[in-house]
Amino acid sequence: MIKGKFIDNLPKVYGIYTGGFLVFIILMAIAEQAGMSAKLIGIFFVAFTVAIYAIIGYLSRTVQVDAYYVAGRQVPTVFNGMATAADWMSGASFVAMAGGIYFKGYGYMALLVGWTGGYVLVASLLAPYLRKFGCYTVPDFIGTRYGGNVARLSAVLVLTVASFTYVTAQINATGTIASVALDIPFGIAVYVGLASILLCSMLGGMRAVTWTQVAQYIVLIIAYLLPVFWISNKMGAGVFPHLMLADEVARIAELESQFGLGTVKNSAADLATVPKGLAGITKAHSEVNTTPWKFISLAVCMMAGTASLPHVMMRYFTTPSVKAARRSVGWSLFFIFLLYSSAPMLATLSKLSLMDPNLATGIIGKSIADVQALDWYQNWNQANLMFVSDFNGNGTLELNEFFMGGKAVVLATPEIAGLPYVISGLVAAGGMAAAMSTADGLVLAIANALSHDLYYKIIDPKAETAKRLIVARVLLVIIGFAGATIAALEIQGILGSVIWAFDFAMSGLFFPLVLGVWWKRANAQGAVAGMLLGLASGTAYLIWVRTGGAGFWGVTQLTFGIVGSLVSLVSMIVVSLMTKAPDAATQKMVDEVRVPSGKTVLGKQH
Amino acid sequence: MSKQQQHWEKTRGLLFITLAIWFVFSIGIFFFGAEMESSSIRPFGYPLSYYMTCQGSLGIFVILIFWFAGRQEKIDEEFGFTEREDS
Repeated sequence: MIKGKFIDNLPKVYGIYTGGFLVFIILMAIAEQAGMSAKLIGIFFVAFTVAIYAIIGYLSRTVQVDAYYVAGRQVPTVFNGMATAADWMSGASFVAMAGGIYFKGYGYMALLVGWTGGYVLVASLLAPYLRKFGCYTVPDFIGTRYGGNVARLSAVLVLTVASFTYVTAQINATGTIASVALDIPFGIAVYVGLASILLCSMLGGMRAVTWTQVAQYIVLIIAYLLPVFWISNKMGAGVFPHLMLADEVARIAELESQFGLGTVKNSAADLATVPKGLAGITKAHSEVNTTPWKFISLAVCMMAGTASLPHVMMRYFTTPSVKAARRSVGWSLFFIFLLYSSAPMLATLSKLSLMDPNLATGIIGKSIADVQALDWYQNWNQANLMFVSDFNGNGTLELNEFFMGGKAVVLATPEIAGLPYVISGLVAAGGMAAAMSTADGLVLAIANALSHDLYYKIIDPKAETAKRLIVARVLLVIIGFAGATIAALEIQGILGSVIWAFDFAMSGLFFPLVLGVWWKRANAQGAVAGMLLGLASGTAYLIWVRTGGAGFWGVTQLTFGIVGSLVSLVSMIVVSLMTKAPDAATQKMVDEVRVPSGKTVLGKQH
Repeated sequence: MSKQQQHWEKTRGLLFITLAIWFVFSIGIFFFGAEMESSSIRPFGYPLSYYMTCQGSLGIFVILIFWFAGRQEKIDEEFGFTEREDS
């Protein structure tokens, strides 16, 4: 009833939505001038946006299998690009990335290259072929292409390990933001975050997640770009920061050497007084500060991981055609590029506004007492994200005496640069949107794999539609709660577990997926060996390095996917060649996948 | 050679070109980080190494995917494997 019309009217619907959101920002700005408290503005921003997502989720409810699993395969190219970008850019991209660049500079930017370069692999190696296949989930492809429940189960296992590692980090991020914005304890905020995530996805599955993700992309990109442009213009650094910050980058290098970066070091006793999780600048901003192999190995892991993470891949199952899937990857990357290319600019602006003594906001070189009296310093010090200490006792703040948490670069820079609080509220809403959209996609990917591949395909193939969808929803809630419970324990940081998720996915799924399309001779035995041995060896390497192992080839705990995927590739080829070639029907299936025209391999309803 | 084999041959050719370009800008140039940094080529005034990591390679990937999609559509068309609009 609404559906056909809704798809035709998408640009209009989201145009009105964007306009409405801008009006809301202006209203909040007026309210701030009229004396509304910062706390209340933050609550309004987060509550208002989450309420909208929940309404979209409710309106997209469905009782149809293909709407629940693949949004009815009618999401237009550009909108699928936006949804993928939101799906992709997590709390880590939004909140932590600029911070990472701020502290580590060039070496850290390997993540920027890796998290974008992977899309070339997605577009050329996988997405169009999996779309032609017509599967609902990634294990659905593995299970049908290779045949047999063992292959299907192995794929479910890898998917669950990788996505679950990822999702705890995202629920953690929604909890952090909800606790700051709504002023509630983290342990409760985690469940508030979870409730909002489930509101979006439970009733409508993939269809609901798609349309909320588009809405979330619009919020998060406005929330990221507006402060970057605003701060740049306010500082007089350039109207269009991306093309005009070269002088600022050079100025930072000059200040770094002037303030003795790298020569003045903190003693271990001094550092022990710094609160956990905070860091000072120890790496140069724009200088090449890492070995080529370190940079490249990290980028390679992120790229192969991108092409194996199921929550991204399944977004391309929702397009109307193979051609649309291919183009949609391009749009996804374009929308991601808008944010990623801005992160280094934000890091530059943030660093300069803190460091440059010629700017009113600069604090390095000022007296410690003055800095401690600043409003924003007190706020963020209280939030445990900022710290100064007069180690050398000279009364002025040196570069090595100022410490900040990674999240603070995105969350606090607007306030430091003197922007009105309404911008900080907007940034909180953006961070919430980024973390929620990714968590939604991940929880759905896991629950769908378990309900479709494990329950329907293996346990009860005769289950009726209504029962299948109930099982899917129950699993969604269970997975969500399990994720939130682990997130509440706060075992690891957000960024570390995100990187691990990529390595897990790459270890177990990259080669079984790619060779499933590109190598006809690959068979079930080979694929199972590839998935299980890849995952096992990657995990073993991680544990070994974590428990003090030396490692080899310079592969660290952040790049263990290199070991896992190599084992996966070798074992898959060896075992495939040692066992029987796939039968004629399977070979024909691969042939069909390779041409865009004709029917999908799996039927519309399966 | 059947029509389908020829189509796949061309598709594979395009894949290799695409992956070669991808390799250069995602892996190849980063073997030369130090050389790029001291290079006199400075896009918009940024050091080349810094520029490639935060904008250059990323932008090239976006263009590369759209170019790839266009070429693949042409190949599909040439062999009559384009999808019908209504399917």
